[in-house]
Amino acid sequence: MNVRVRFAKYGAVKFIGHLDVLRYFQKAVRRSGLKIAYSQGFHPHQIMSFASPLGVGITSEGEYMDMELTAEYTPQEIVDALNSAMVEGFTVLSARILPEPENGRKRETAMSLVTAADYLVTVKENDTFFTTKSLEELNDAWVRFYGQESIPVVKKVKKSNTETGMDLKPFLFGAVVGTEVTEAADISLPAVTAHNNDNTFYEVPEIPDFAAEQKELCIEKNLFSVVLRVSAGSANNIKPELVMEAFVRFLGCEDPEALQFRIHRLDMYTGENPELTRL
Amino acid sequence: MSNSIFTRKLALSDEILMAVDKPARYIGGEVNMVRKNPREVDIRFCMCFPDVYEVGMSHLGIQILYDMFNRREDTYCERVYSPWPDMDKILREQNIPLFALESQEPLKCFDFLGITLQYEMCYTNILQILDLSGIPLHATDRTEEDPIVIGGGPCAYNPEPLADFFDFFYLGEGETVYNEILDKYKEHKAKGGSRREFLEIVADIEGMYVPQFYDVTYNEDGTLATFEPNNSHAKKTIRKQVEMELSDTYYPEKPLVPFIRAIQDRVVLEIQRGCIRGCRFCQAGMLYRPIRERNVEFLKDLATKMLRSTGHEEISLSSLSSSDYSCLKELVYYLIDTFQNDGVNISLPSLRIDAFALDVMNKVQDITKSSLTFAPEAGSQRMRDVINKGLTEEVILAGATEAFKGGWNKVKLYFMLGLPGEQNEDIKAIAELSNAIAKTYYDTIPKSERKGKVQITTSTSFFVPKPFTPFQWVRMATAEEFMDARKVLSGAIKEQLNAKSIKYNWHDTDVTMLEGVFARGDRRCAALIEGAYKDGCLFDSWSEYFRNDIWMNQFEKTGLSLEFYTSRERDKDELLPWDFIDAGISRSFLYREYEKSKQAKVTPNCRKGCAGCGAAQFHGGVCYEPRNEAGESISNEVLIPDC
Repeated sequence: MNVRVRFAKYGAVKFIGHLDVLRYFQKAVRRSGLKIAYSQGFHPHQIMSFASPLGVGITSEGEYMDMELTAEYTPQEIVDALNSAMVEGFTVLSARILPEPENGRKRETAMSLVTAADYLVTVKENDTFFTTKSLEELNDAWVRFYGQESIPVVKKVKKSNTETGMDLKPFLFGAVVGTEVTEAADISLPAVTAHNNDNTFYEVPEIPDFAAEQKELCIEKNLFSVVLRVSAGSANNIKPELVMEAFVRFLGCEDPEALQFRIHRLDMYTGENPELTRL
Repeated sequence: MSNSIFTRKLALSDEILMAVDKPARYIGGEVNMVRKNPREVDIRFCMCFPDVYEVGMSHLGIQILYDMFNRREDTYCERVYSPWPDMDKILREQNIPLFALESQEPLKCFDFLGITLQYEMCYTNILQILDLSGIPLHATDRTEEDPIVIGGGPCAYNPEPLADFFDFFYLGEGETVYNEILDKYKEHKAKGGSRREFLEIVADIEGMYVPQFYDVTYNEDGTLATFEPNNSHAKKTIRKQVEMELSDTYYPEKPLVPFIRAIQDRVVLEIQRGCIRGCRFCQAGMLYRPIRERNVEFLKDLATKMLRSTGHEEISLSSLSSSDYSCLKELVYYLIDTFQNDGVNISLPSLRIDAFALDVMNKVQDITKSSLTFAPEAGSQRMRDVINKGLTEEVILAGATEAFKGGWNKVKLYFMLGLPGEQNEDIKAIAELSNAIAKTYYDTIPKSERKGKVQITTSTSFFVPKPFTPFQWVRMATAEEFMDARKVLSGAIKEQLNAKSIKYNWHDTDVTMLEGVFARGDRRCAALIEGAYKDGCLFDSWSEYFRNDIWMNQFEKTGLSLEFYTSRERDKDELLPWDFIDAGISRSFLYREYEKSKQAKVTPNCRKGCAGCGAAQFHGGVCYEPRNEAGESISNEVLIPDC
C-alpha cells in the first residue's frame, strides 16, 4: 500500500538539512516497525519520497512524505507507529492511503504533484528595517505592493550561478497580512479542498500550533507578518524570501542584511490555482 | 493549542546557527538522547571527545559511559565535542561559554568534565574545550567553582604530557570504578568537602592517578631521575582497572543516533575486548589484555535491541581481530538470517580473509564495489617476524586467490614504514608483495573473465613507538629517514611489472613526528601543547589545520628537543614517564619481546601458548581457558559446544 504522511518540523531540528531529514525518516521508519518496501539490488533503499525540500532554518507543519508499505495498516496505525519513533521537533500529523493509479498509469508522487505552498512570514525583533515603520504603514504598503500589475524580481540560478529577471506576480497565488488565515482573508486566499476523516485518512485530533511562539511575539511587539500562498514544485518554486525581498525593495530598502524574518511552511497543495487540494 | 512543544532552549541564536557549517553539531536533541532535569540530579557529568562532532559521536566508549552514568538517577551525563573553527571564532568573539549538548548549559556549571584521549593529535583541542568553558588550563589553578577534569582512554597510559591539565586520570576500563567515584563524590559534596580533599579520596581508589600528587626530577641528560608521590594518598604504582565480566556489564541498548552522518553511521557491537595476537607495535593489543569475549547470546540480544532502537541500516562487529572470536560464525549467520531481509548490512572490519569471510562478504556486500583489506604491516617475512605479525605471504596470496575467484578485484594493503631494524630490502618487499597480489589476479582470472585491471591500493603510515609495547624503548626514525623510506618504496613500486595496477598512498611525516613526541613524552611536553594552542594550533589531526611551523617554534621557545623524545634509543633501565602505571603486562615481558624482535623471533598467540605477559593476574579471559598438554587453548570445543 502507498501512503502519504504529513508531518511538522519545528524547534531545533529546523537546522537539520533536507538530506539528513531523509536519513532521519529512513531510520525512524525502521524504529517504528512499519514494514516498508525496499528497492531491488545490492544496496536496497526504502521506497520513500518527499514532496519538497525545506530550507535550513525554516519550520513547517506542512511537510509530506510518500512511502510504500508491504503490510496493511489503518492510517491511524501508521501515524501512531511513526510518532512512537519521532524525536522532539518532528511530529506526524496525518496519513492518507493513496488510491491505486488507474490502469497503465504511473503513480504520481507528492513531489510531482505539488503546485502551491502557504508560508507564514514574521518579522523578527532584531530586524532593523521593518521595525522602523509602523504596522499600519506596512500593512498599507503590502496592499499596494500586492496590487501591482507586475512584480519584477531577480532570481538567482544556483546551477549556473547567474541571475535572471522574472515577474513574480503570476506565481503569487494569495496573501494575507497578519498571522492567521482569517475569514476576511478568504478573498485573497481561496479555500482549499481538505481530506475527510474516513478509512483512508487519519489526522491527529489536536494539532498543536507550531508557530505559536512566532505569532505571539508578532502580536505582542507589533511586528509585521504575512501569510503567503506561492507557486511551488519543480516548475516554478517560489521561495518566500524572494517575495519579501521584492516587498522591501518596493519600500525602497537597499540593504537586505537589515531584514530579519522567520519563515514557517503551513501546508502544500496540488491542483491548478485557485482550485487547490491539500496534498 | 499546546505550549509544551518547545522544551529545549538552545544556547546559540538562530543567526549564529545559520552562519556556521553543520549547525546540527551544536543542537543536541538526537534520537535516544537522555533528558533529565539538571536541577533534580546530584551529579552533572559532561563527557567530551575532543574532536569534531561527527568523529566524537562515532566513539563507542562514550556511548557506553553515557548510558552507564544516565542509568543512575542521581546523575545526568551530557556531551560536548570540539567546536569547529568557524564556531570557535564566534564563541570567542561573542564571549559565549562552551555548553553541553543536552541541557545547552555552560560546562562551567558541571561537577565533572570527562575527556577521552584517543589519539595524541587532539591535545590542543583539549585546551580549546577548557579555554572556551572558562576553566583554568592548569589543574592547580582551578577552584571549587570549576568542574573536576578527568582524562581516560588509550593515551591516558602515558598521561604525562597532559599531567598539568587534568585533575585526575582514570586508568582502565570505565565500567569498573566510575560508580564508586560518583558515589564518593556525592557523599563528599553533601559534606561540603573541598576540591583537594576530593582528589585525595580519588587517589585512594584503584586505577586513579592524580598528577599534582607526584613530583618529578630529571637527570642532566634530560631523562627522568625520580617520580615520587608527594601526598600520602597517592600510590606509588597505579594499577589499570579491567572489566572481567563483559557479558554481564553496561552496554547501551539505545545508543545515540546523530542527525548528521557520523563517521560510524551504524550500530557498533563490541564482540570482545583485547587481542591474542601480540603484534609488537600495537599498543591496544597490549593494553587491553587479556582478551575477553562477550557471550554470543548476550551479543545477539544486544544487536536486536540496538538495531530496533536506532533504526540503523548497518551493524559493525567491533574488535581488534574479529576472526579470533570463538563464536563468530554463529553470530554472523544469525545476524544475516535475522536482519538481512530488513535491508541491514553487516560490516566486519579486522576479519582474516578465509573461506568463511568470503562467504559472509558475498552475502552482505556488493562485490563490484567492496574491496579486500589486508594489513600485513610489513613487506618482508623477516620484518613481519620482527613485529610478530603472524600473517604470511602464502596466507595473503591464498586469500587473494579465493577472493579473485569470487569476483573481487580491489585490494587494500596497509603497511608501516620506519619499523625497527628496517632495511631497504624490507621496504622493497612491500612493492614486491603488492605486485605479487596483482600477479595472482592475472594468473587466477583468465583474460576473458576480467573486469578491467586489478586495483591494488598500498598505503603506508610511519611507525610511532608507543608506551606499553615491546618497542617502547626503540629509537623512532627521523622525518628524513621516513621520507627516504617513502622514496625507496615509491621507486620500487614503479619498477614492478604490474606497477600500473598499484596505487600508493602515504601519510604526512610532520604530524607523525609530533605524535612520536607526545606518545612517549614527559611532563615538560605540556609547555609545547600550551604554547602551540596559544599560538593558534587546533584540530592538528586535520591536515588543513595542521601548522607544523607553530609546533616547531615551540621546541625553540621551550628548549625541548624533538629528537630526545623520538629518535633516541632508551636504555633498558631508563625510568620511563609511564613506569608508575601497572598496565597488567610486566616490563620484563615487554623487554623479552623486544629482545626477541631483534632476533626476528616470533611469539605464538595467547591461544597457542602463554607467553607469560602478566595479564593472568586479572583471573579471566584467555589466560584461564582450558588447555591441552601442549599448552594450546581448547576453549572452543569445551566451553562452547554449539559453535
